[in-house]
Amino acid sequence: MTFPRFATIAEMRSALASKTISAVELAREHLDRIAASDLNSFVTVCEDDAVATAREADGHIGRHGQSGLVGVPVAHKDVFCTAGVRTTCASRMLAGFVPPYDATVVARFRDSGAIMLGKTNMDEFAMGSSNENSHFGSVSNPWDVTRVPGGSSGGSAAAVAAGLVPAATATDTGGSIRQPAAFCGISGLKPTYGRVSRYGMVAFASSLDQGGPMARSAEDLRLLLQHMEGHDPLDSTSADIGPTPREADRVGLRIGVVREYGRDLDARLAATVDEAAAVFERLGHERVEISLPHTTYATAAYYVVASAEASTNLSRYDGVRYGHRAESPNDLDDLYARSRSEGFGAEVKRRILTGTYALSIGYYDAYYRKAQRLRRLIRQDFLDAFRSVEAILAPATPSTAFEKGALLAPDETKDPTVMYEQDVYTVPASLAGLPALSIPCGIIDGLPVGMQLIGPHFGEDRLLALAESFQQETDWHQRTPPR
Amino acid sequence: MSEWESVIGLEVHVQLKTRSKIFSGAATAFGAPPNTQACAVDLALPGVLPVLNAEAVRMAIVFGLAVEGEIAERCRFDRKSYFYPDLPKGYQISQLDEPIVAGGHLDVETEDGSTKRIHLTRAHLEEDAGKSLHEDYDGKTGIDLNRAGTPLLEVVSEPELASPEEAGSYFRTLHTLVRTLGICDGNLNEGSMRCDANVSVRRRGATDLGERTEIKNLNSFRFLGKALAFEIERQIDVLESGGRIERQTLLYDAERDETRPMRGKELSDDYRYFPDPDLLPVVVTPSMLDQARATIPELPAAKRRRYVEELGLTDYDARWLTVDPDTAGYFDAAAAASGQPKAAANWVMGDVAAAVSREEAGWTEIAVPAAQLGKLIERIEDGSISGKIAKSLFKTLWDDGGEVDALIESQGLKQVSDSDEIGAIVRQVIDANPAQVEQVRAGKTRVLGFLVGQAMKASGGKANPRRVSELLQEALSADGS
Repeated sequence: MTFPRFATIAEMRSALASKTISAVELAREHLDRIAASDLNSFVTVCEDDAVATAREADGHIGRHGQSGLVGVPVAHKDVFCTAGVRTTCASRMLAGFVPPYDATVVARFRDSGAIMLGKTNMDEFAMGSSNENSHFGSVSNPWDVTRVPGGSSGGSAAAVAAGLVPAATATDTGGSIRQPAAFCGISGLKPTYGRVSRYGMVAFASSLDQGGPMARSAEDLRLLLQHMEGHDPLDSTSADIGPTPREADRVGLRIGVVREYGRDLDARLAATVDEAAAVFERLGHERVEISLPHTTYATAAYYVVASAEASTNLSRYDGVRYGHRAESPNDLDDLYARSRSEGFGAEVKRRILTGTYALSIGYYDAYYRKAQRLRRLIRQDFLDAFRSVEAILAPATPSTAFEKGALLAPDETKDPTVMYEQDVYTVPASLAGLPALSIPCGIIDGLPVGMQLIGPHFGEDRLLALAESFQQETDWHQRTPPR
Repeated sequence: MSEWESVIGLEVHVQLKTRSKIFSGAATAFGAPPNTQACAVDLALPGVLPVLNAEAVRMAIVFGLAVEGEIAERCRFDRKSYFYPDLPKGYQISQLDEPIVAGGHLDVETEDGSTKRIHLTRAHLEEDAGKSLHEDYDGKTGIDLNRAGTPLLEVVSEPELASPEEAGSYFRTLHTLVRTLGICDGNLNEGSMRCDANVSVRRRGATDLGERTEIKNLNSFRFLGKALAFEIERQIDVLESGGRIERQTLLYDAERDETRPMRGKELSDDYRYFPDPDLLPVVVTPSMLDQARATIPELPAAKRRRYVEELGLTDYDARWLTVDPDTAGYFDAAAAASGQPKAAANWVMGDVAAAVSREEAGWTEIAVPAAQLGKLIERIEDGSISGKIAKSLFKTLWDDGGEVDALIESQGLKQVSDSDEIGAIVRQVIDANPAQVEQVRAGKTRVLGFLVGQAMKASGGKANPRRVSELLQEALSADGS
């Protein structure tokens, strides 16, 4: 049988529970779709393991019925370590790296019975906004294969949008869940920093990185978050806080619209977001204009902080213990220099250099320290705003999905910061450690548009409740790419 | 007196005696086969994260309280970046400008026997690196990461040490302290305490400091003294011949007894320190301070004072007994068991120390339990056995074990004080030695000692010598009258 291509997890769970379809059939069907897809959204497909796990899931369902994610096919962004399955970060550096352990998120999904079909493509070490910085090649946007799916979680987003998996894990450092979700017309949640364990998630910028789910509805995001979140003794920065509750008020909230975001936004995108605000008003909420005065500095501050952290996080890739190692090095310096030159792509090198510069004697105060000060101001802007509103509605991206190659700066002839400006609406919440989700809210010229809902720390429940009510009122999230 | 004086500051890396590493659960035991005590975190595999070992923090607090330093209510870890194969992450987690302990002091003994207070700049927590093994692995270097992530407390002194001898005294004082506190095993030959020395010289009486050099990785009292002596001489020679001291990092070559510039890649001009985002700031609560304070034992200086003032020991003995906390512990137990601290001190410094050195035993593995030594001393004092018997009994106890009273009984060692029994022996001795008896009577009292010796011999060593002497004198004066 063929199962509806764009079914939600909720629909799959009831089909599995009623034994309309078996977990093995469901896994096989999705594996077939992956094999037939030419989006390049997967780096590694785990066919045998997936079928074997699905068989166990069928046994479980037969004995105990369906629960949790038992039998639900998922994919993991290739930034999450998977025991025995290579984890590349889409880098030549780790092209042959097989971790001996599972990331906490991967272990929790496995424990909840999810079937891992494979590992998704991404920008190398999660650095990029177009998924063009991948050692395994770029990913195509299922809505228009000449366009990018966004990044860095472009593989996860494209796979979910194309119906290859109903859900995938992803990570967001400055927008890497929200921007590709918007470009691909799906729902994506970046939880509060500390909500989801970072253990086993290959680090890009430790104070910003946060894992989260991508799916086709806010309702599915809520279910997936339940199986990702929670305190982890292996991650000192993971919050010791209970699970996301389910008690948020769904009416009568004040929703902030950011004055500063109106200025440069494309008129048609602005109209779409405005339309979404009107939907919330119809649902009984109030629209309140707010100001985030320091938000214009967010992108600059972000690229200093994130690159500084990345420059040291990536020091471990030295060709000594694992990962790419240069052939016949002359000496230690040569081993380091060539292993890293050969192993890292252009964007990763650019950020390592930027970050090293920002932390150097004589530049630390002018860059790193100043960026941290800005970060505190940006965070304070949000804390002030959340005294008068319960959530903030913002655009997710400055445009819809752009053409492949349009913004890429493979060499010095192009300005890399043009690509960095993709993150202008997503980076502020990242710097403040706030939860934010992106859900579809329109279509322009055949391409999906996403909007962001940003909440106070650990306010995921409220964001999800708003998104769920929006998705009951509209059908943007049910639109699918042309076949 | 030389017209030059030296100024020395020490940075001592104290390896904390935690069971697991400072940021991972791997064991810290010394001597395991290479890379068998290195987990994913120590190997810096992608995605792993450090988790701070609370025990290392507790030990640092204990140290800070013991040296009367200031414990930071909130401190932080920083990344110190440099590339070296035995540094798996490419950065070391250390503390730059928010150390856990600020200030404090150690009182050290100087060459003239007086005490000098040396101030501490700070003490901070950090992780150790692994080891590069330069033995030949087909021309390659081997890496052993067992030591990577071992907790270190880096104790930094102010430049207040005036000579290699003072520096040695400081190092010894610190060694005794950290062992007394139970936060370091003090095994210098296993690298449990490693010292970097900053040294400069200046004209006697000058107030500015001269340019300094840093000698790295001195791991014995002897090498510290020799390296400093060499380097001070070298600096004086350079300055006297009109040269300038260059700020540099040196290694001490023990085989050639010289210092020479370090060329390793462990040196960098810029470590690019910044706060480690993987770790939250450490907050030290009042209850953590209280708990740490409660575990601090009597410190060496206080112990030494008590031995002199309360136990009546000489300062020399008190110092001798407090250098090693295990020695002091054994002495305390023997003194308490015997109720005779002075006698216990003599035994510990005499027969016990001799046996420890002969058997190459540690002070924690002394074969004669302190309670048995105490009982032995008690039996001497109450006249049950003679000092001579006691010495041989101690040897028996060390070699074969056993219980003092039982051995005295079974081996018939009890001292004879009975007047009739000793009187009979005395009588025999007088009869057998008429010439000596004559001499004593003629006033040569020192011959009396010979007669006492004869009587002791006749008794098999068991006669109470005082009683023998008394009865002998009594008999001779009675006979002569």
